[in-house]
Amino acid sequence: MHSILRPAFAAVGLFTLTLGLIVPLGFTGLAAVLLPHQAGGSLVSVDGRVAGSALIGQAFTTERYFHPRPSATTEPDPQTPGATRPRPYNGAASGASNLAPSSADLLTTVRGRIAEAGPGPVPADAATASASGLDPHISPANALRQVARVAAARALPLDQVAQLVPAHTEGRELGLLGEPRVNVLRLNLALDALR
Amino acid sequence: MTWNGWAQIALVLAAILATAIPLARYIAAVAAGRVRFLAALERPIYAACGIDPARGMGWRGYTLAMLAANAAGFVLLYALLRLQGVLPLNPQGFDGIAPWLAFNTAVSFVTNTDWQAYSGESAMSNLSQMAGLSVQNFLSAATGIALALAVSRAFAAGKLQDLGNFWADFVRVTLYLLLPLSLVLGLAFVAMGMPQTLAANAEATTLEGATQVIPLGPAAFQIAIKHLGTNGGGFFGANSAHPFEGPSALATAAQIWAQQIIPFALALAFGRIVGDPRQGRALLGVMLVYVVAATALVYAAEAGGNPLHLAAGLDPTLGNMEGKEVRFGMALTALFTATTTGASCGAVNAMFDSFTPLGGLVPLFLIQLGEVLPGGVGSGLYGMLVFALLAVFIAGLMVGRTPEYLGKKVQAREIKLAMLAVLVLPAAILGFGAVSLALPAAVASIQDAGPHGLSEMLYAYSSAAGNNGSAFGGLTADTPWLNTTLGIAMLLGRFAYVVPVMAIAGSIAAKPKLAASAGTFPTHGPLFAGLLAGVILILGGLQFMPALALGPLAEHFALAAGKIF
Repeated sequence: MHSILRPAFAAVGLFTLTLGLIVPLGFTGLAAVLLPHQAGGSLVSVDGRVAGSALIGQAFTTERYFHPRPSATTEPDPQTPGATRPRPYNGAASGASNLAPSSADLLTTVRGRIAEAGPGPVPADAATASASGLDPHISPANALRQVARVAAARALPLDQVAQLVPAHTEGRELGLLGEPRVNVLRLNLALDALR
Repeated sequence: MTWNGWAQIALVLAAILATAIPLARYIAAVAAGRVRFLAALERPIYAACGIDPARGMGWRGYTLAMLAANAAGFVLLYALLRLQGVLPLNPQGFDGIAPWLAFNTAVSFVTNTDWQAYSGESAMSNLSQMAGLSVQNFLSAATGIALALAVSRAFAAGKLQDLGNFWADFVRVTLYLLLPLSLVLGLAFVAMGMPQTLAANAEATTLEGATQVIPLGPAAFQIAIKHLGTNGGGFFGANSAHPFEGPSALATAAQIWAQQIIPFALALAFGRIVGDPRQGRALLGVMLVYVVAATALVYAAEAGGNPLHLAAGLDPTLGNMEGKEVRFGMALTALFTATTTGASCGAVNAMFDSFTPLGGLVPLFLIQLGEVLPGGVGSGLYGMLVFALLAVFIAGLMVGRTPEYLGKKVQAREIKLAMLAVLVLPAAILGFGAVSLALPAAVASIQDAGPHGLSEMLYAYSSAAGNNGSAFGGLTADTPWLNTTLGIAMLLGRFAYVVPVMAIAGSIAAKPKLAASAGTFPTHGPLFAGLLAGVILILGGLQFMPALALGPLAEHFALAAGKIF
């Protein structure tokens, strides 16, 4: 028994020390030197204050900004221990609705979002919650539909707001991978820079 | 579906195949002990652990050593999780993990399942992630690959006394294969945007004046081995759908590559180890056909959208976007889904629970087929070899000849053991699933009404027993019943499966290797590949059809008829 267990515990212990501490700590140091921005979470600062991460979506709700996709993230409900309540774009608890395609709740929610998003076929990303609840992007079609609202709220010429969307539409990576998309935080930062 | 989407899929698959060929050669060299560039590290490890790497082990010795290594891994990980509250590297001040959840999580990571009944960013300290979960990502992967190498050797020559040395395989696979690949891929992942820091979470003040937590941690390195080792356990709750864990379409493509490269390379390495590369290519061909077919099914189902939502006024261009991210696009989401469930990885870049019924059926069915397409690192190959033995047995029955595989006679003992292994999956999935659906305490975990609720439970036990780890996430998994029974299902799926497989290897190894004759059924051609594909579908899949009919298929027809729950 000893002849089997000794190598087992010794090897697992040794690998815990090396693969679990020495290597990842060294790797963290290397990343901090080579790629400090990405390793630190791709943070975006405005006037010296952290305004978010370029990769993590935020809950924009006022008329003056482009809105992100719906988000199903939650936070603990202070009223009821153990329960949660909606808190869109909660960075501390990523998650999806996980509702079934045949869910009546989901259909009601989607219908409500479609009614809110106005007439005509609504881009699918505007009426559905993402997988992470932190999707930083919307489709270009979704962004274009919001131009009129944002321009009116800011009393800006329609053209000036409209031209921001193609300027901030990111194409497919390597010209092939993924889908065209607009980073909502970057778009809204550009909007604030217009004045 | 679009041509562009198919071009994306073709590009990623081509990258996998192109790199699998040289990697297979390298793995075969590592298996033979010919790769020595870290000998200066390797020797002191053997000395400190009291290992003689040259000592050959029979199937019993090899299996016992493997079980001991995994038991030690479980004990250390369980202790670490329970004690994380008083240990360092815990910037968010998380408490220790509760006993049942710690049992479930420790079993999950030791068995290469990585089922997660917790959410990383709100439960796990940096120490638990790095020194606990991440280490098991390496060691469970090394365990699977070592076992596959041992089983492969059994076919290499006649009258073999041993299958190699478990400790030597375990250490070499970790040092020469998993670690270098993880370091390179991890650095690429940081460049793509995955965090790697020990700092506490950042707090942002948004443009609208609200505060937002930005979760951070030593993520990139762990995510690299999570995919390379087909573990799949997310650093963050949303797994590879989280913008920090899957920052871009390129990152998701790289993850697809990483979770397929070793299983595919191992199939080719098998051909090299047995001295006939064509044999490996035949296995790889079957795996690839299934991956492409499964991808096409998911892609078609999800790109088609949810009929109820389209009828309510949603634009059909993007497809079913509930539980999906904009940046990946439907093609790479479909490919990721097929590869992560075909490969026993279990990482996700979209949430399967919200897939259309047929889109969600595919990952569930791929797991139930036995995780051999191409399966987890190592486990996929030895699972495929079990099906190969059954295929030649069935072919032998048709022509009335004692079947052979690679010159080794396949007889009653091997077939009995193979069936024993193959039956573990349906017994664990359907057994636990049926009991859970009859227990009110378990049914309370189900989120969705109607047939989808059954799918959630069926998926959980399939994922656990198949050592996959993905989920229909609406299920509330962190309960004593589910934590315990899913943990047992994971143990059965890993160890009750592999012990008979190792017994087969021991029995095969001792047999003489016969020369091929005119009557030998060739196992490298399309006829055998087609037979093997059929055996996987019938033996692996058919027993689940009644359950699938009550779950996803019933939901599909209900949805088509406009019925909601």
